[in-house]
Amino acid sequence: MIGVVGHFDHYDRFLQAIRKFRESGYDNLRVASPVPHHEIDEALERRESPVRAFTLAFAILGTIAGLFLTINTAVSYPLITGGKPIVSMPPFLVIVFEMTIMVGAIGTLLGLLVNARVPRVLIGPAYHPRFSEDQFGLFVFCTPDQIESVSSIFREAGAVEVRHVEG
Amino acid sequence: MAGYRLTYANVNRDILRTMEPPGKLWYILLAISIAFVALGGFAFATQVRYGMGVWGLTHPVMWAIDITNFVFWIGIAHSGTLISAILFLFRVRWRAPIYRTAEAVTVFALFTAALFPIIHLGRPWYFYWLLPYQQVGGLWINFRSPLVWDVFAVLTYMMVSIIFFFTGLVPDLAVVRDQAKGWRRRLYAFLAQGWQGTDRQWRHYTAAYLFLAALATPLVVSVHSVVSWDFAVSILPGWHSTIFAPYFVAGAIHSGLAMVIALLIPIRRIFRLDPYVTQTHLENLAKLIILTGLIVGYSYAVEFFIAWYSANTFEQGAFLYRVVGDYAWGSWIMIIFNAVVPLLFFVKKIRTSTPWLLGISLLINVGMWFERFIIIVTSLAHAYDPYTWGLYKPTWVDLSITAGSFAWFGMWFLLFAKFLPIVSIVEVKEQLPPPTKAEMTAGAPE
Repeated sequence: MIGVVGHFDHYDRFLQAIRKFRESGYDNLRVASPVPHHEIDEALERRESPVRAFTLAFAILGTIAGLFLTINTAVSYPLITGGKPIVSMPPFLVIVFEMTIMVGAIGTLLGLLVNARVPRVLIGPAYHPRFSEDQFGLFVFCTPDQIESVSSIFREAGAVEVRHVEG
Repeated sequence: MAGYRLTYANVNRDILRTMEPPGKLWYILLAISIAFVALGGFAFATQVRYGMGVWGLTHPVMWAIDITNFVFWIGIAHSGTLISAILFLFRVRWRAPIYRTAEAVTVFALFTAALFPIIHLGRPWYFYWLLPYQQVGGLWINFRSPLVWDVFAVLTYMMVSIIFFFTGLVPDLAVVRDQAKGWRRRLYAFLAQGWQGTDRQWRHYTAAYLFLAALATPLVVSVHSVVSWDFAVSILPGWHSTIFAPYFVAGAIHSGLAMVIALLIPIRRIFRLDPYVTQTHLENLAKLIILTGLIVGYSYAVEFFIAWYSANTFEQGAFLYRVVGDYAWGSWIMIIFNAVVPLLFFVKKIRTSTPWLLGISLLINVGMWFERFIIIVTSLAHAYDPYTWGLYKPTWVDLSITAGSFAWFGMWFLLFAKFLPIVSIVEVKEQLPPPTKAEMTAGAPE
């Protein structure tokens, strides 16, 4: 992994830099910022996160599991109480609802972990503690001969610090 | 603090300052909490040694302040989810600096509430009988029992709250990691799970956070509804009522908001967080309390009206007993503290005054504790046939375990206040305009 990191103090310049790199044909960009911003995703033209599919799939799974658990256990040991049907849906729906939410939430968390690729043990050299404080970082993957031109685009765009990263 | 300008760097510095090594006061409070937790633990050990007889529980009042505490603490938990999830879905901006504290209240209140059904079991070591697995002879738990609904509702609530709380914490833990040194750096690096705030991480994070909030919102309404059905699906006068679910949910949020105000006021003072947690935040919470207070007051009125309107002797007897019977003092505490005192917040001077806010929110907590006590104990003590009537008097075991539960909650909260950022660094920054060059040039001195 070879590339150049630019540190930006100012959000508007940082967005301009992203656009400039994309115009110049550098599509392999990575951003680190202290807060999330929709404009960053828009500038990078990222797709909608697929986490919602995880939420839906797991929530449906939870519903099915809840129905299976309640109905199956009632049918497999039929014990009539209070003259009520063996499969009594109103009370079972409470369990089904809770299972839907529980499994849905677990699925959402899984979706986050899988897609965001956390937890991770090592933090690469491109990261800098200022990115969690007040600076915006832009990482451009490039070949060794592109380093000079990438660095000069960074300087033109107003980066306060430009670092060459390898490893 | 007027004129104090919040910037990204300031927010980091100010919030991280709350995590500096604690002073004497913190150690004293922690020592007191641990002492009371130990007292509660000793009382519980006595119960395990000698059986449930050491409690004041006796026929006909077999549920008393243990279940009162359970319902009370579950209720306290609710406001955290209201502030962190429901207000998030409504895009309420003022929630940002207070939601972390409210969410911590949720998690720790659930840690506390979950103890009580287990303590109350009598043979707590068999608690796993409540979980769904195939028992001797192929028998499963009875899914028609409200107590089993409770197990599912509370476990789900606890799990979702912890996931939600921790997910919200991770980007802040990365901030702490980046500023810390030595063992603290290693600890927070572990907790932050390698968070770097990349575009990929943020994109999935914001989506996941939104869906967790969307799942938590119906969940919070369901949890106290299920807790209320523990009572409402029985046929006991005073419990058997269709109004119970909304009544309990409103009451839960009522007490929870009061608890959040009561905790935010000292936090704001001690950590000098005035630029973050402003008077407006407390005032907005007070306004929410007016709403929940009115719903609770309306529910009380409807309960009494329906008892009269039902023309049912037992129902009328139960409600008359509440206001003039052996526990009438408790009923009046409940009615005045929960439904009348919060109306004072209609006066702007009162809801913007810190001493009034603190005082009223503490009274509401006392009132809400008594609401649960009155609903549970008076209904059991005075149901149907006079032959079965009886009174409940707590013993030192009941009271010690109750005191221990408050201390247990306080202990977790004290640890939270020193080891985790009590105000969300990321969400506060999100509310600020990002630093731009255009603004700097425009604002620069000539």
